[in-house]
Amino acid sequence: MKPEAETKGLDLTVEDPFAEVFVEKDVRGRSLWLDAWQRMLKNKAAVVSGVIMLVMVLMVIFGPMLLPWEPDYTDWDNTASPPSMETRHWFGTDAVGRDILVRTLEGGRISLLVGLVATLVSLVIGVSYGAVAGYYGGMTDRVMMRVVDIIYALPFMFFVILLMVVFGRNIVLIFVAIGAVNWLDMARIVRGQTLSLKNTEFVEAARACGVDHRAIILRHIIPNLLGVVMVYVTLTIPQVILVESFLSFLGLGVQEPMSSWGALVNDGAQDMESAPWTLVFPAAFLTVTLYCFNYIGDGMRDALDPKDHL
Amino acid sequence: MPLLSISNLEVEFETAEGVVKAVNGMTFDVFEGETLAIVGESGAGKSQLVLSFMGLLAENGSVSGEAKFRGEDLLQMKPRELNRIRGRHIAMIFQDPMTSLNPFLSIEKQMTEVVRHHQGLSREEARAHAVEMLRAVRIPDPEERIKQYPHEYSGGMRQRVMIAIGLLCAPELLIADEPSTALDVTVQAQITELVGELRKKTKMALVLITHDLAAVAEISDRIIVMYAGEAVETGTVDEIFYSPQHPYTRGLIASVPRLDRISDDELQAIPGNPPNLLELPIGCNFRDRCSEATEQCLERPPVWRATSGRTSRCFQGIEGGEIVNE
Amino acid sequence: MKQAGVFRHAAVRLLGLIPTLLVLITIAFFLIRIAPGGPFDAEKVLPPEIRANLDANYHLDEPLLQQYFRYLGQIVTGDFGPSFQYKDWTVNELIARGFPVSATIGGLAMALAFVLGTLIGTFAALKQNSVIDYSVMGVAMLGISIPNFVVAPLLILGTAVYAGWLPAGGWDWSWQRMVLPVVTLALPVVAYIARLTRGSMIEVLHSNYIRTARAKGLPERQVIRRHAFKPAILPVISYMGPATAALITGSVVIERIYSIPGLGSYFVQGALNRDYTLVLGVVIFYGIVIVVLNFIVDLLYAWLNPRIRYDEAQ
Repeated sequence: MKPEAETKGLDLTVEDPFAEVFVEKDVRGRSLWLDAWQRMLKNKAAVVSGVIMLVMVLMVIFGPMLLPWEPDYTDWDNTASPPSMETRHWFGTDAVGRDILVRTLEGGRISLLVGLVATLVSLVIGVSYGAVAGYYGGMTDRVMMRVVDIIYALPFMFFVILLMVVFGRNIVLIFVAIGAVNWLDMARIVRGQTLSLKNTEFVEAARACGVDHRAIILRHIIPNLLGVVMVYVTLTIPQVILVESFLSFLGLGVQEPMSSWGALVNDGAQDMESAPWTLVFPAAFLTVTLYCFNYIGDGMRDALDPKDHL
Repeated sequence: MPLLSISNLEVEFETAEGVVKAVNGMTFDVFEGETLAIVGESGAGKSQLVLSFMGLLAENGSVSGEAKFRGEDLLQMKPRELNRIRGRHIAMIFQDPMTSLNPFLSIEKQMTEVVRHHQGLSREEARAHAVEMLRAVRIPDPEERIKQYPHEYSGGMRQRVMIAIGLLCAPELLIADEPSTALDVTVQAQITELVGELRKKTKMALVLITHDLAAVAEISDRIIVMYAGEAVETGTVDEIFYSPQHPYTRGLIASVPRLDRISDDELQAIPGNPPNLLELPIGCNFRDRCSEATEQCLERPPVWRATSGRTSRCFQGIEGGEIVNE
Repeated sequence: MKQAGVFRHAAVRLLGLIPTLLVLITIAFFLIRIAPGGPFDAEKVLPPEIRANLDANYHLDEPLLQQYFRYLGQIVTGDFGPSFQYKDWTVNELIARGFPVSATIGGLAMALAFVLGTLIGTFAALKQNSVIDYSVMGVAMLGISIPNFVVAPLLILGTAVYAGWLPAGGWDWSWQRMVLPVVTLALPVVAYIARLTRGSMIEVLHSNYIRTARAKGLPERQVIRRHAFKPAILPVISYMGPATAALITGSVVIERIYSIPGLGSYFVQGALNRDYTLVLGVVIFYGIVIVVLNFIVDLLYAWLNPRIRYDEAQ
């Protein structure tokens, strides 16, 4: 910490030269996001979670390239061996001698990928559905939301399982199936926000200028939904990862040789009495990921909507 | 002995921007059976003042000083002891009748619980008493309406219920925090009138908090004018209305519409806004808005007291009284 | 007026259930039927005449729409038809066997979650922003994040395998065998309810009517119990609908891990064996359960909230 007088004097000279122009252009936008960002940085749980997730993503992407083992290589000299430095199986091996660390990282690729892609699917469906319902309002809105209510009441997990049974297990289907049943929350939130945005001055001004509905939704409504949507994306990712791992745990998700954290936990649970490490490491990776995403989502929600946070 | 004796009371709030001193060194007495009005713009600290000795401050607030009720300091009391006073000896009516009643409980429950708790009445006794009180505040058909929920009452009716709740235990002191502000103009007058009338009947003391000087003229005995957390002038109603000493008080009076002044330009609001409590001006708090400010006002004015007992915090009129404090 | 309000409310909501159930049955039925290949394709060696016989037996030779209406008619009479895989069983019999077990575990888990969750949440709210609050909420977040199927093996490992206090699995209606599944199932719901209660309790405690209650000189305990609790648990009540769905979903995993012969086990078995009628039946049955429980929760909410009661009566 510098003495106060000194920083006060310095502040003026260090200031970003573009700041002034920027401020003039969009005071509200800048301060809103900046405020949110600063509040987010104050939230220790969220920041720590963010750093952990960053490390996790990097490990999952580059880890398998750097490790001496291939995920499907069977080391017959070391089957079901506990974690050890000497064998260079730091997380141990499973019953057929496959390295747990590299399998966990490989599984993480699938889990995170599913989390990302399926969330995108639900994002696209949810945002367009919600924006249209909220924007047009009236009868359209009522019918569309009634449909959401009806689907909401369905046991969606069972539908995902049903889809897997009917169409066989493949990764694309997992993306679509999970995404397709997870968009309801997003649609509701976006609709609510759109309803309130619709009557703001800038949208009315655009409408008065004769801008067509599609352009208004795309250019004015959706960009302003960004905050809420980001929060929900962050909260949807762990849900989706959970659903995938749930399916894989039941043997209804990704199939060998592909693997995911859920499938690894399932494998590990079979051998947990003799080789607990096969359960513990993938389970820990999965849990840490879900935990961190939930904290980041929570932190973002509080940062963007401070009145919720007393 | 005064019923309630406040001395040097301070209320502070810890906020993200710093410590805000909402009430700064208030000292006054409330005597049995009198009506004391505390008047000031919103943000002057009137509400926080009474909430503080009622133990109802928000979590980030803290209070210091003394608030003696019948000689016992309310600020030193444990919650249990304070609960023997609140609702029984000192009752309070709040600003916003729409949200001050619990929407999930019937009016009956919200009324009877007070007397059942404080006076140990049975369910039937408590109910009969509550019905009587509702009748006293002129709720029509009280036997039926007592079964209803707050949302089935209009705003004015809810405030009547609040008043009835306040009066249940026949308290020695009733504090009414802007009891009519949130209501329609016509209902406002009715409520203020009702409070004044009930006070006369029951001989309790009344502390009436308001931003509307005119509204309390009829029913008050004494008035404290508050500005930026401090009392700037105190006196009887006549003193305040007929010979206001502080420029702020004069400003308040000038902003009251009166029948004997028809021309619009004579009715003027005080220019400017109350000061930010985080950055009070140097010298007199009112200096920035005062049309009569002089060089002298860059110093903080002392409080002076006239022989009649009235006080003012201004250099004006200081020669007519004795300086009480710096 | 009070009763009339609830009654009307109930009637309106009850009618609203019909389209939901219809959509549920329709989607589930057609999803199963557009599946590539019939249910007997796995048994490739079937001679054509037996195959035709089987198809006729299960009405698979009829046009799809006719099958749909036949199925709909069956369900209205409460008949889910025979199971494809469990040859001597009807789906109804399997549900009758499995559901009581699942419902017991689910019901106990729900009760546990409600009591524990609201208590923990209230407690944290009263200690808002203290170390206790933060640690309780940290644990609650963990409870939400850590999947059932991770908790279960760890619990088995800890309490059954190493400590030997409880049986690792199986089912005989004894409390010892219920403890682990119920706890596992309840855990995330406890955590969620605790977070929900904390948030709403904090909001309620800041409301004006709580200030009024305090100004009345009521003891803090009574202020919380009588004035704050009901409004604070309303969000929990509306969460109980989704919670039911979460519990039912969770039970699928729990029953498998603890080898419990509940409906979830049959469902997974059916899914793995492509037992279409069983899967379809269970999905629809669970759909009905969820919709009905949602309806009950809805009524409960209306009953607890005098304003809704009133609006509906008008």
